[in-house]
Amino acid sequence: MRQDFLKGMRHGIPVMLGYLSVSFGFGINAVAAGLSVLQAVGISLTNLTSAGQVAGVTIIAAGGSLIEMAAAQFIINIRYSLMGFSLSGKLSSSFTTGHRLITSFGITDENFAIASVQPEPLTPSYLYGLELVGLLGWVLGTFLGAFAGNILPMRVTAAMGLMLYGMFIAIIIPPAKKDHRVLFVILLAAGLSVLIRYGFSFISAGTSVIVCAVLASVIGAVLFGHKEAAT
Amino acid sequence: MSVWIYVAVMAGMTYLIRMIPFTFFRRKIRSRFLNTVLYYMPYAVLSAMTFPSIFYATGDTVSASVGTVVALILAYFDLPLIVVAVSSSVAALAVGLIL
Repeated sequence: MRQDFLKGMRHGIPVMLGYLSVSFGFGINAVAAGLSVLQAVGISLTNLTSAGQVAGVTIIAAGGSLIEMAAAQFIINIRYSLMGFSLSGKLSSSFTTGHRLITSFGITDENFAIASVQPEPLTPSYLYGLELVGLLGWVLGTFLGAFAGNILPMRVTAAMGLMLYGMFIAIIIPPAKKDHRVLFVILLAAGLSVLIRYGFSFISAGTSVIVCAVLASVIGAVLFGHKEAAT
Repeated sequence: MSVWIYVAVMAGMTYLIRMIPFTFFRRKIRSRFLNTVLYYMPYAVLSAMTFPSIFYATGDTVSASVGTVVALILAYFDLPLIVVAVSSSVAALAVGLIL
């Protein structure tokens, strides 16, 4: 049990290092958008997700509605449901409902990727170790970024505002290179987003992400069929 | 409206999305169409969030554009996330200092 916890923590270290830099960027962006250090850290501690948090801060800064907030989080984070479905089948028999309720909080892209490739069934201890280390990195990075956003020169924090977007690009480009359907979906989503920003600027930023993401994904699925088809 | 109300809605929705299938469902999603849409969704979300916002991220379109190009090139060569993220920032900072 202790063994599994330590193993999970060990597996979480690369995730933590990645989260540190990314959440640093989030902290900077959050403070730049008008949030306090405590609010930025509070968001990271209770959400543990990059894209959802960025969209959330955008909606808060724009004074959007709570329905818009809920809908944006739903669309952006619905992939975690899919990961939850998938991971659910890999759990050891010691996984009680209580453990499921707690560990489900830590389902992220990175934790999912690591947990789902483990050869043996997942124990609660392993997932606790893995998720705890990642969460620490995520919260600590947010704090440092939000704090730095208040003390570093404007010029430096402004440039650091690019970090999060740089990471998003690093996530979407490699699969787009290998799979032209992903490339098409990415270009379509970006094109729609640009169109809405300049042509239909009455649509809020949060709603725009929802509309673009759903349209691009559905059009991609209609045009290219199911994902296993052409690979 | 208090920021914390937004945070509560955000956190609540995100938790429910993670918790419900993981805790209560034990079957796979059968619809291939839905699976495909869900497969494309994260890429579409990230792309829509990045463009065109990235060009305004530094407060200066020129430095942001240079940072964007640097990120695109490094990502194309499969460099790690941290390297891509930091390099695009450094490139934008360098441009900001020169101009």
